[in-house]
Amino acid sequence: MAIELSPQTADGTVPSTFLDVRDLRVHFPTEDGLVKSVDGVSFALEKGKTLGIVGESGSGKSVTSLALLGLHKGTRAQVSGEVWLDGNELVGLSEAEMRALRGEKVSMIFQDPLSALHPFYTVGNQIAEAYMVHHKVSKKEAKERAVEMLKRVGIPQPDRRVSDYPHQFSGGMRQRAMIAMSLVCNPELLIADEPTTALDVTVQAQILDLIADLQEEYGSAVIIITHDLGVVSQVADDILVMYGGRRIEYGSAREVLKHPEHPYTWGLLQSMPSLTGDVHAKLNPIKGTPPSLINLPSGCAFNPRCAFKDRVPDGRCTTERPELRPMAGNEKHIAACHLADEEKAEIRGTRDKTDRLAK
Amino acid sequence: MFRYLIRRLLAAAVVIVVISLITFVIFFALPSNPALLACGKTCSPSRLAEIKHSLGLDQSLATQYWNFAKGIVAGRTFGDNSVVVQCSAPCLGISFASDTPVFQTLMQDFPVDLSLALGSAVIFLIVGVGLGVLAAVRKGRLADKLSVGFALLGVSLMPFFLGLVLLWAFVDKWQLLPAPGYTPITQDPVAWFEGLILPWATLVILFLAMYTRLSRSSMLEVLSEDYIRTARAKGLPRRTVILKHGLRAAITPIVTIFGMDFGYLIGGTAVITESVFGLNGIGKLAVDSVTNFDLPTILATTLFAAVAIVLANVVVDIVYGLIDPRVRLA
Repeated sequence: MAIELSPQTADGTVPSTFLDVRDLRVHFPTEDGLVKSVDGVSFALEKGKTLGIVGESGSGKSVTSLALLGLHKGTRAQVSGEVWLDGNELVGLSEAEMRALRGEKVSMIFQDPLSALHPFYTVGNQIAEAYMVHHKVSKKEAKERAVEMLKRVGIPQPDRRVSDYPHQFSGGMRQRAMIAMSLVCNPELLIADEPTTALDVTVQAQILDLIADLQEEYGSAVIIITHDLGVVSQVADDILVMYGGRRIEYGSAREVLKHPEHPYTWGLLQSMPSLTGDVHAKLNPIKGTPPSLINLPSGCAFNPRCAFKDRVPDGRCTTERPELRPMAGNEKHIAACHLADEEKAEIRGTRDKTDRLAK
Repeated sequence: MFRYLIRRLLAAAVVIVVISLITFVIFFALPSNPALLACGKTCSPSRLAEIKHSLGLDQSLATQYWNFAKGIVAGRTFGDNSVVVQCSAPCLGISFASDTPVFQTLMQDFPVDLSLALGSAVIFLIVGVGLGVLAAVRKGRLADKLSVGFALLGVSLMPFFLGLVLLWAFVDKWQLLPAPGYTPITQDPVAWFEGLILPWATLVILFLAMYTRLSRSSMLEVLSEDYIRTARAKGLPRRTVILKHGLRAAITPIVTIFGMDFGYLIGGTAVITESVFGLNGIGKLAVDSVTNFDLPTILATTLFAAVAIVLANVVVDIVYGLIDPRVRLA
C-alpha cells in the first residue's frame, strides 16, 4: 500500500491509484463568514483496502465523504481540489455525469438508517429503486435482486421482510438494509459514515464483519468514517485523523495506533475505554471543544487544547501552522506537530510510567 | 386499514351526535320563543299555544331533542288532528319562513356549494402545491420570490373587493364571460362552467396563498431530510428525488389543511363569495335564516356545515393512512 505526500497542485498526470484525493476543500459561505469544513485534505486508497477517517464532530469527516459523492453539487458549498476515481476526476463533473456514478460506482452507507431510509416506502422498494436506476431490469427482477441482497446481509426471511417498512425493522436490521441498498450495484468505492453509531456493541461487530466480508467478496475500496478508534482498529488498513477540517495525522493503521505522533491522536486513544485495563480507571477525555471552522485558532488548530504546547520553543504552536512531515523511521507516516521527536519520546516515557503506576 | 377506518368512522359519528346536541340546545334553549316566531306578528294566545303544542315545544328539552334526532333518522309528523305536516326522513324541521321541510331546501342549494367547492379546490390545490414545490426547489431565486409574492397578494384581497373587480373587468368591461350564476350541470354543462369561472377564480386566489406557502415550507423541510440525501446518493434523477421522495412526504400537512378547507367550503361557508356573485348556496340560506330568525333552518345549516367538516376530516384520516404506512399500521 503506497502512501505518499500528495502534491499540493495538479501535476497533469492521471494518478494510478484507484482513489486519489488531492487538496480537497469544501467551504460554505455563511453570514458569519466562510466555514472551511474541509480545508486541503489529501489521501489515496487502493481497491480492496480500507481507510478509516477519524475525528470529532465537526472535523470535516462527513463533509469530505459527501464531496466524494458529489452531493455538494447544486448547494452553496464551494468545492475545490481533485478527486480522482479510477482515472476520472469527479470534482469537475456535471451533476448529470456525477449522478450516473452515484450508487453505481461510489455508494454510501449513512449513519442513522431510521432517518436515512424513506419512511413511506418499503425496504424492498428502496433497494429495488437503487438497482433499477442503474440497470435496465423489470420491477420483478429488481425486487428479486432486493430479496437476494437482504439475504446476503443476513436478514431472516428476506422474501417476507422485503415488503416491510423501515419502522418495522430493528436498528441493526435497518443498518443491514441500508448496507444492502448501498451494495446492490456492486460499487467499487463504498463510504460508510458512522455505520455503527447508535447500534449496540454486538450488532456493531456484526455490521463491521459484514462490511469486511462484502468488501472481500466484491473487492471494493472502503472508507469508514467514525469517531470511534475501536472501530477503525478492527477494520482499517490506513488511518487519517482530521481536526478542524485538516489532516493532522495519516499513516497505516498499525503505525498510527502503535506509534501515534500527534497529541490529538494521543488524546483520542486515551479517551477510549480499554477492555484489559483497570475498570475503575477514569477515562481521560480531550479537554475543550472542537474549534470554530470560521476562525480556526492561529498556528496549530489544536493548540488551545494541547497539553504539550509549552514544550515547543518560542510559542510556535500559536503562531506557526505545523506542516505535515514524515515521522522518523517511517516515511509513510505523516503528522502535523511542532513537537521534537525527543520531546515526544520523553512524554511517551512519562506516560508509560504513570500508566504502569496506575495499574 | 379496515379496523382503522371503522375506528375513524365511529369517532366521527360520536362527534356529529355531540355537535347536534350542542347546536340543538343552543338554539332551542335560548330565551327566544320559537312558537312566537312561527306564529307571526298577529298572534292570539290560543293560536300560540296550539303552535307550541304542534311543534312539541311544550315538552321537556330532552324529549324535544329525542324527537329531533328521531326525525333525522325516521322522519317526523308535526301538528295534531287539525293540521298535519309530514316531514320525511331525514327531517331537520320545517322552516318557519317558507313552511317547507328544511332538508329539502338544503338539498336544493347543496349542488351550488358542491360545484363551488370542488372546482375551486381542485384548482387551488394543484396550482398552490405546484407553486409551493417550485418555490421550494428554487429557494431564494426569482421563481420563489414571484410565487410567494403573488400568493401573498392574493390572500390580502378580500373576496368582496376581488369579486367585484373581476365582475367589472370580465363581465362589464371586456364582456368575456356571461354574468355569473348557477346553472345545474345536468341542465347545461357549458353554462354551469361559465357561470362559475369567476366565483372559482375568487376562491382560488383567496386560498392559493396558504397552499403555496404551506407546501413551500413543508417541501423545504422534507428536502433537508436524510432520506432525500440518500435518494440523491442512490443516483436517482432530480425529478424522482423531488416528486417521489420529497412531495410524497411533504403532502401530509397539506392534506390536513385541505380537508378542513374543503369541508368548510362544502358546508356553505363561502358566504361572501356566494353573495357577490348572487349564488343561492347554503351560505346564503344560512345568512337569510339568521336575518329571519328561522330557527329550524339556522339549526340545519349549522349542523350541515359541522357534518361536512367532520366527514372531510374522516376522509383526511383515510388519506393519511394511504400516504403514511406508519399511520395505517399503528
